[in-house]
Amino acid sequence: MTDSLSPRDWASHPAYIDPGYKSTGLRGPKQPLIKLPTGLGEGLGPHFGQEHVFGHDADLTRNGRVNGEPQGERIIVTGRVLDEDGRAIPNTLVEIWQANAAGRYVHSKDQHDAPLDPNFFGAGRCATDDQGVYQFKTIKPGAYPWPNHFNAWRPNHIHLSLFGPSLGTRLVTQMYFPGDPLLALDPIFLATPEGARDRLVADFAIDVTQEAYALGYRFDIVLRGRNATPMED
Amino acid sequence: MSKLGQTPSQTVGPYFAYGLTPTQYGYPLKSAAGPEVEGLAEAGGPRIRLEGRVLDGQGAVIEDAMLEIWQADAQGRYPGAPGGANSGFTGFARCGTGTAPDKSYRFETVKPGCAEPGSAPHINMIVFSRGLLSHAYTRVYFDDEATANNSDPVLALVPKDRRNTLIAKRLETDQGIVYCFDIRMQGDGETVFFDL
Ligand SMILES: [Fe+3]
Repeated sequence: MTDSLSPRDWASHPAYIDPGYKSTGLRGPKQPLIKLPTGLGEGLGPHFGQEHVFGHDADLTRNGRVNGEPQGERIIVTGRVLDEDGRAIPNTLVEIWQANAAGRYVHSKDQHDAPLDPNFFGAGRCATDDQGVYQFKTIKPGAYPWPNHFNAWRPNHIHLSLFGPSLGTRLVTQMYFPGDPLLALDPIFLATPEGARDRLVADFAIDVTQEAYALGYRFDIVLRGRNATPMED
Repeated sequence: MSKLGQTPSQTVGPYFAYGLTPTQYGYPLKSAAGPEVEGLAEAGGPRIRLEGRVLDGQGAVIEDAMLEIWQADAQGRYPGAPGGANSGFTGFARCGTGTAPDKSYRFETVKPGCAEPGSAPHINMIVFSRGLLSHAYTRVYFDDEATANNSDPVLALVPKDRRNTLIAKRLETDQGIVYCFDIRMQGDGETVFFDL
């Protein structure tokens, strides 16, 4: 029997139209969403897990290496992927992409006048283990300018994409870094309901930090869970 | 016990292509999924192409959107369903709108069968783009399934004058059967999006 999915919590997710983030003005739906019952196709979903992780996919300091170490500050990011009841979500894929230490993406459309790093690609993936724990290594991404408004800079961030167990648990989000002064000025971060914003900011973790190698950050990710029903198993 | 708060959605931004659709865009990383559903040989039924464009509130084509589809096979079996498809058919594909000359998306798949009694064949679709802070769910139905569409319980939830935004148009071309499905993010003919 398929458990029904708990609702998408719109007190946690940004609204489609946000006056501060200009591109939402013509791209966010304006008509009210229609509530979709959880049928067969919604309760199930595509399966992506450990079998989609190859070679150095989970080490972005290595998977783009050509002739040396990438520039910048090595970091280790780890955390658990959980549902709202705190249950681990095992064997689910986490896709990762980000700018390099100078704030430049490999993407052909990124015209920011900052150097590309011949030894850093900036995308990879990892998967959670049976305790829901994921981990990847990378370089701390730099801030970068964007044309939303005068002197607009995105805070340091890593883009993350997750599937979870069903179509409804799909999530694309961004992980930010603690103490970043740009957070208070970033329309994308600020479009998130105030009470939920801190869930997007990783914690510095000395226990994840590796002696003489890399700083550690912990970032737990909570996907939708099961509906609160009187049924117990 | 109080529930943990859901991690908020954030936009995929303009630079998702080399992270999520690298193979399609020619970057040196193997995509987890591409525009062709895997295991089509085992899905049964005729191959189709599903294609269209993503348009903004002024009708401009969105060149940095990404779509994902999730569907049953030709017999109506979802991968992972009890008694469902036990084959290589994954039911899933992903396509960005930045590579085709007209910035359309193009999925290669099969036409799904009816997955549940009373429901019309359909493909579940998720829309992501720069400027879309939370992803949007929609459904693709087929214009040659008018009878099934008329009794579909989800279409019945949609106001009559908006149902046509969910129905793909069948074309027979020299490259085979193509279903056309444009997505209008807002404005006249705004596509129906679901709260899933
Ligand atoms: Fe970014």
